[in-house]
Amino acid sequence: MTREMTGAKMVVQALKDQGVEVIFGYPGGAVLPIYDEIFLQNDIRHILVRHEQAAVHAAEGYARSTGKPGVALVTSGPGATNAVTGLTDALMDSIPIIVLTGQVPTFMIGTDAFQEADTIGITRPCTKHNWLVKETDKLSQTIHEAFHVATSGRPGPVVIDIPKDVQFATGRYADRAHHVSRYQPRKKGDPDAIMVLVKMMETAKKPIFYTGGGVINSGPAASELLRELVDATGFPITSTLMGLGAYPASGKHWLGMLGMHGLYEANMSMHDCDLMINIGARFDDRITGRIDAFSPRSRKAHIDIDPSSINKVIRVDVGIVGDVAHVLQDLLDVWKSRGRVTDRKGLSGWWDEIAEWKKIDCLKFKNSGKTIKPQHAVQRLEALTKGRDRYITTEVGQHQMWAAQYLNFEDPNRWMTSGGLGTMGYGFPASVGVQLAHPDALVINVAGEASWLMNMQELGTVAQYRLPVKQFILNNERLGMVRQWQELLHGERYSQSWSEALPDFVKLAEAFGIKGIICKDPADLDDAIMEMINHPGPVVFDCLVEKHENCFPMIPSGKPHNEMLLGEADTQGVIGSQGAVLV
Amino acid sequence: MSALNIKKGSTSHSAYNLRDTHSDKIERHTLAVVVENEPGVLARVIGLFSGRGYNIESLTVAEIDHEGHRSRITIVTSGTPHVIDQIEAQLGRIVPVHEVHDLTAAGSAVERELALFKVGGKGDARVEALRLADIFRANVVDSTLESFVFEITGTSDKIDAFAELMRPLGLIDVARTGVAALSRGAYK
Ligand SMILES: Cc1cc2nc3c(=O)[nH]c(=O)nc-3n(C[C@H](O)[C@H](O)[C@H](O)COP(=O)(O)OP(=O)(O)OC[C@H]3O[C@@H](n4cnc5c(N)ncnc54)[C@H](O)[C@@H]3O)c2cc1C
Ligand SMILES: Cc1ncc(C[n+]2csc(CCOP(=O)(O)OP(=O)(O)O)c2C)c(N)n1
Repeated sequence: MTREMTGAKMVVQALKDQGVEVIFGYPGGAVLPIYDEIFLQNDIRHILVRHEQAAVHAAEGYARSTGKPGVALVTSGPGATNAVTGLTDALMDSIPIIVLTGQVPTFMIGTDAFQEADTIGITRPCTKHNWLVKETDKLSQTIHEAFHVATSGRPGPVVIDIPKDVQFATGRYADRAHHVSRYQPRKKGDPDAIMVLVKMMETAKKPIFYTGGGVINSGPAASELLRELVDATGFPITSTLMGLGAYPASGKHWLGMLGMHGLYEANMSMHDCDLMINIGARFDDRITGRIDAFSPRSRKAHIDIDPSSINKVIRVDVGIVGDVAHVLQDLLDVWKSRGRVTDRKGLSGWWDEIAEWKKIDCLKFKNSGKTIKPQHAVQRLEALTKGRDRYITTEVGQHQMWAAQYLNFEDPNRWMTSGGLGTMGYGFPASVGVQLAHPDALVINVAGEASWLMNMQELGTVAQYRLPVKQFILNNERLGMVRQWQELLHGERYSQSWSEALPDFVKLAEAFGIKGIICKDPADLDDAIMEMINHPGPVVFDCLVEKHENCFPMIPSGKPHNEMLLGEADTQGVIGSQGAVLV
Repeated sequence: MSALNIKKGSTSHSAYNLRDTHSDKIERHTLAVVVENEPGVLARVIGLFSGRGYNIESLTVAEIDHEGHRSRITIVTSGTPHVIDQIEAQLGRIVPVHEVHDLTAAGSAVERELALFKVGGKGDARVEALRLADIFRANVVDSTLESFVFEITGTSDKIDAFAELMRPLGLIDVARTGVAALSRGAYK
């Protein structure tokens, strides 16, 4: 069936056909025809953010918490350039989002027209793919293809740039059902390679699963299969920041997060293992530390849907290109059919070693009765929200790491954080996107005051749509993570890492008609958190915490996994000049 | 040659390759990249090389299948075996890229480049230029009393050699197309 309609109408029709329920956007001259169509219908809800960067992060939060693609709509020129940080963030973290940008009419492209920007050129390196649509006849199929590309293979952000005349003109609408795409990344892993891995698993004495965001990307089935595999083999499992929740924190074989601020037992196990099985993680430098000292005695296998991830940073012995769920299913089948063999004796010795590392209790910290320790605040947040239908987003910095360390995630898609780009200002708008996807859930953004200020304009969005998001700000009046590095690496010269002239967060919230809570006494903390949870609307929670707390454990830049700093006592002169050039 | 130095491309599936990707010897490889002929695709390929710090020694592009909207980009690049593998994988993930062939890894390929040389001069130099052009099987495609334009095809090495010879004889300008290459034999 072909239908004639305007380009603007096609946009809305295609989004409906793709099952889109909500889009995040901000209008402007170059998208007015689309806004007209949005006005004329009620199926798709448009959320008016207060800055285009926030629209993109909200779409990311929506996507990560649902497994569905997120959609944002922005105008040409400044609208599009404001979206660039969000696009880059989504590219780094493999988040499927579709960003529609308005463009000046085709006949004015290239003339430095009002609010013209080379959106395709600017966003080419920060999208998985992008399209400039010059003919209305091609618009609907381009949108269908964009959804397909964003969500297939390794997910990522895409941009569709739509000139205003294309929105006004009439063309043929192509149904989603008829869309065929050439882009079909491979999902099934190579059976020979899977067999090699199974054999390695059968004989390994010190194996470890190192899992990542790819398990979340692959969908709920992947997490289920992972749980089955881990519990059936009895191998220990650690995860990156991006993969938290794929295996439950309460699981018997869970070692906690690994990496620069990961747990001692996780990092030591990675260093000393004899078989490392990477499932949907990308050997990021926060994980590997010094490459030539990375897990020196292990054989390594890597399951990843993106061939370029394999052997990119760490050379592996077995690379399996495929989707996590597909590969794990085959892996389990083969392993079971061969009699579920593992080296039980080796494993039990391995768990004994791990038990010794666990005894270090690397997350212990010195609590205080006078000031609120940030770790304590997160611990209490965990205790008081445990078991609830809870989603967590974060900003970037120390608080992000404390949230990763002290909060427990039992399920995938419950943890939204900016890992690869490390975008301060991500968490607040992301919480908006999550709350829209899960209206009845408890959505908390664990924030640092500096990051939070970067997108605090979203208080307007939250107030307008009465989104009950909780902004849990660990306020140390410092750019804490920067300050920590300056302390360790730059002779305690705290250059520009002060949060000066901070607002009164309670009054700021109140100015938007939102509830504000301030808490500075550890004795009041539980009651204050409960007040936040029980308040039916949005809350800005200003939690005044210890100002100079450092985040441990920490693997200093340029050091191997087994040279971790566990507390203040370890920090003197630790990072050599070589490490100092690393970020 | 180490035992691991098994010829490139000898493992067809990506499962576990036997190539010595630890080697840090710089190799020169010719890649054939078949792409969807759509706007911006060349920019994507070039952006990949500049963005990730890979070298481009030469690059040619032209449509090869009008009906099927296919273009072929031939890239000569250099890097360690590990970098070459990454380049191939990174090219492969560009959405409008259909195929990537490492012609160097697949065995010897036929590689040709076309160049135009403008050589000015009078007297003996002029005669010598013409004589050398003949030896190199270059054609004269334009001549004035004071200049020739030679057209020459061949491997890049041959063209380099011709350029060296022309330089002292009054070389005015050169235009080179970059390498076009195909694998030998009856298959792709
Ligand atoms: C201040 C700060 C500190 C940090 N410290 C740490 C730290 O201590 N520890 C830590 O872990 N991280 C830390 N990070 C995050 C870190 O920078 C990286 O973002 C993170 O480690 C990458 O996670 P990942 O390897 O799981 O990869 P992701 O970025 O999640 O990539 C996923 C991988 O899976 C693949 N994939 C995607 N979909 C599929 C599929 N369906 N099937 C198979 N494969 C798929 C992709 O191709 C990719 O290779 C920190 C970040 C910040 C900002
Ligand atoms: C947009 C952006 N700019 C700069 C940085 C560098 N940076 C990383 S953490 C950090 C400090 C964050 O401070 P805050 O939000 O208060 O969190 P804290 O570390 O104190 O918990 C900075 C400036 C960044 N990650 N993102």
